Amino acid sequence: MESTTPAAAEALGQAAARPPRDAVIEARGAARHYGAVRAVDGVDLAVARGEVFGLIGHNGAGKSTLFRMMLGLVPPSAGEIRIAGAAVGGRDFRAVRRRIGYLPENVVLYDNLTGLETLHFFARLKGVPAAGCGALLDRVGLTHAAARRVREYSKGMRQRLGFAQALLGRPQILFLDEPTTGLDPEAIREFYLILRGLRAEGVTVVITSHILAEIQERVDRLAIMAAGRVQALGTVQELREQMDLPLWFEVRVADADFAAVRDALGSLPVAAIEARDGHVAVQVRREAKMAVFAALATLGDRVLDLSVREPSLEDVFFGFSD
Amino acid sequence: MEISQVATIAGKEFWDRIRNRWVLAVALVFTVFALVIAYFGAAQQGAVGFRSIELTIASLVSLVIYLIPLIALLLGFDAIVGERERGSLDLLLSMPITRFELILGKYLGLAAALTFSTVAGFGLVALVLARQIDLAALVHYFGFMVSSVLLGMAFLSLAVMLSVFAADRTRASGLAIALWFFFVLVFDLLLLGALVFSGGQAGGEVLPWLLLLNPADVFRILNIFGMDDVRTLYGLATVFPPALAEPWLLTLVMLGWIAAPLGVASWRFRK
Repeated sequence: MESTTPAAAEALGQAAARPPRDAVIEARGAARHYGAVRAVDGVDLAVARGEVFGLIGHNGAGKSTLFRMMLGLVPPSAGEIRIAGAAVGGRDFRAVRRRIGYLPENVVLYDNLTGLETLHFFARLKGVPAAGCGALLDRVGLTHAAARRVREYSKGMRQRLGFAQALLGRPQILFLDEPTTGLDPEAIREFYLILRGLRAEGVTVVITSHILAEIQERVDRLAIMAAGRVQALGTVQELREQMDLPLWFEVRVADADFAAVRDALGSLPVAAIEARDGHVAVQVRREAKMAVFAALATLGDRVLDLSVREPSLEDVFFGFSD
Repeated sequence: MEISQVATIAGKEFWDRIRNRWVLAVALVFTVFALVIAYFGAAQQGAVGFRSIELTIASLVSLVIYLIPLIALLLGFDAIVGERERGSLDLLLSMPITRFELILGKYLGLAAALTFSTVAGFGLVALVLARQIDLAALVHYFGFMVSSVLLGMAFLSLAVMLSVFAADRTRASGLAIALWFFFVLVFDLLLLGALVFSGGQAGGEVLPWLLLLNPADVFRILNIFGMDDVRTLYGLATVFPPALAEPWLLTLVMLGWIAAPLGVASWRFRK
């Protein structure tokens, strides 16, 4: 059985004092095997304090298992995960758990409790004063439903209540599994506003999402998982560069002069060039980007408009996970 | 172990049962059955009205021995597997609580609800009977209530154990019914069958002790051996070793039946 020692709590304090790039979450060779199935197959990761870290992958890629391993819900078959210096599931981990907020995917709360009672219950388990529960409900916009039973809540309201639960006791580390499922666009915006505020306070966030476009603007770094392994790790920009996906230039020239653009690009290694309604689309490799700019500049004011489209996280994701 | 964590879980389980009127319903069932048995138990013999406390308790024992194990198993079978299947277990376990504290809290909360129903239900009858019986009879009745509580707690412990082992709620409910069949209906028949098959020779000495392997039988012995009238009535006095008539031994066995399944459940849950 775990016992409470102040050591882990101190470790959290130390983490706060360390340089910002120091790791709060560290996985070394973490693996989880179910018989012959290698759900998580040797993952090395380090998440820095105050970082918003995205974990993406297809269903069955191993991200949920890794998530559950980080929370101590599934013991690793091999390797080790440490959070705030304490081994997950070890003796000091109970104190760390008090500083962790967790929002499970499709969070299930107790139908027979009201919103406020739900927060009171989890607050007691976390050893947090019940007094702050009302303010948390307000923060996620559920004050009006505080006295209503969760049974009557919509999917989005449950998700908000689950998020409020995760924020109990001002956690220093947040694990959010598909946190915006079931939220309407307005609520998604509010959710990310809260997240931004937490990040500013130095809270470390690990987040998964299926909606890649949503996550790519909001994470500092991310890991792409497939077949139980981290296939790629870095900022969205770094991943794009690693993947070396081509860029698209969209050029609008006077008189829609396709030939002028083609001639200007001359012998540059262009992957594709095509005329699309009113503009010319040019696909080039990343390393040719500046050369293409220079070539297009020779057209002078004949260029009416120019935009460069980076590959989306989706393109990167499919590149790594396929 | 942090007692506050156990208390939080137990408190929730208990108040859930109060709020959904489970406690009230079960208490009412006990009250009504006990009153009917006390006053109309002899109707088949052409008599109506309260007779003796010992005959009332003897009748209540044969009712409770079916009812309480069933109620306890139905109360506890989804304690863990229910949370797992609904998907709320991960969130609970991500809290600063150990698996042992969670199981113990669940068990104590449910046990409190069952105990409350049992004591309220049968206690109400005791109040009604109080004017018609003497103190010794009340003490007997009190003993019956305590043993009923222990019986419920033993089967609740079995229920929580199977709720850890079962893969889903459906299987857990099936297992609960199977356990009830085994302990309440089949077990005695097996012993009896063994005795008859061997022509009453083999195991005659051991057989009474084998009854300790069944909490329902322990409950029966605990109540029946406490009463001279009933012992004679059942014609059992000569068959049983006198040691089995010791209430402290039987109570100890009952406590073992409460602790052991919980211990197994906790061991399995930590795996």
